[in-house]
Amino acid sequence: MMKIALSVIIFLIAAPILGCLLDGGDRIISARMQGRIGPPLLQPYYDVSKLLQKQVIAVSRSQSLLIQMFFFTQIFTGCLFFAGFDIMLCFFILSTGATFLVFAGSVTHSPYSSMGASRELLQMMSYEPAVLMTCLGFYLAGGTFNVSELVQSEKSLIMYLPGFFVAYVFSLTIKMRKSPFDLSTSHHPHQELVKGITTEMGSRNLALYFITEWYENIFLLGVVGLFIINKNPWSILAAVLVVLAVYFFEILIDNTSARVKWDKMLVITWIVTLVSAGTNLLVLMLIK
Amino acid sequence: MAKVKRSPWLLHYDGSSCNGCDIEVLACLTPVYDAERFGIQNTGDPMQADILLITGGINAQNQAVVKQLYDQMPRPKVVVAVGVCACTGGVFKDTYNILGGADTTVPVDIYVPGCAARPQAIIDGIVKAVDLFQQHMDNHEEFLKNPDEYMKKNHPEVDFKKGE
Repeated sequence: MMKIALSVIIFLIAAPILGCLLDGGDRIISARMQGRIGPPLLQPYYDVSKLLQKQVIAVSRSQSLLIQMFFFTQIFTGCLFFAGFDIMLCFFILSTGATFLVFAGSVTHSPYSSMGASRELLQMMSYEPAVLMTCLGFYLAGGTFNVSELVQSEKSLIMYLPGFFVAYVFSLTIKMRKSPFDLSTSHHPHQELVKGITTEMGSRNLALYFITEWYENIFLLGVVGLFIINKNPWSILAAVLVVLAVYFFEILIDNTSARVKWDKMLVITWIVTLVSAGTNLLVLMLIK
Repeated sequence: MAKVKRSPWLLHYDGSSCNGCDIEVLACLTPVYDAERFGIQNTGDPMQADILLITGGINAQNQAVVKQLYDQMPRPKVVVAVGVCACTGGVFKDTYNILGGADTTVPVDIYVPGCAARPQAIIDGIVKAVDLFQQHMDNHEEFLKNPDEYMKKNHPEVDFKKGE
């Protein structure tokens, strides 16, 4: 019980700091890839603290509540994961939380924001199979859904689940809103949908959205780490290295590809999921 | 709290510009000048913007748009007029459809002259706007701490409690 409380507290404090640093690093690396110097490492922190100080304008009163619900559910997901609970539960709460964001986007009736919200739903439709397959893979390889038991396995789970890993990292591009799958909203300014689902969010609401994104990224990268970690303590170091490599890979894809249309995203993601995770699933069922 | 001036987000609006100034504004974001070094981002969204950057003069058709964009931006906000057309109307000043510079419609804080305004001048104008942005925020905080004293010191002629 003590251990669970401790890991939740560490997650609550460390996740936004790490998420902010990762985001800052992302912006610097992206700038270097484009031949620019880029902003300081703490730029995301400066942005959020500025947004928190600005005048609050909300188009619809319920929007603030919906963003707060999104904020709490996404943090709750991370707490459950790092406290070692059921991974299936984590992903279901994550998806429930994401629907609050969709509501927050569509409640304003702004055309850009509503369009962004419906694209967000399409994105959910695209990555959800990969995410559910990943949960299934963890169960088949580790014999349990509990994160606390999965990290105690004899061998790293990626030995059994390479196909699932590919499918998960592929769907991570959608989840992290990286190009080519940044349909609903983009980190890069000035897009064809203005700012997509976040168009009508300003000041405090937008700051909450950014902080939520930091928590969410840490959770999503934590799941990448779960593929690597086994009962050997040195595997934590390997997991951190793999997580950083995956994050760099996402930045590289973000900077080298153009946005695709929704139908292409859906088809590509489902094909990758079915082929890599599906084949892996069949093999796993035969050998186990 | 960190200083707000570290993160100025721009909203760039093209009035009836010939696009010369717009190209120079975009040039500020390219690798040569890299305005993102100062945390400057070109958002397309008034709800998220701090600095309104206007190029080109105001005409009868876009006056309402500029006004609305200005109103949609949360306080504190700063307006920068880039190029001579946005400052005064420029060579189009006496044309039948041009009302004049950006200050005919919204209160302009910083004027960046030039035809087209050079990127160096634009960045200089933005840096000045950023300082003003910080000053607005500081004034607001000072006002919140002690409204009576602040109003007596800075606006002795106004009795703000009566709503004048």
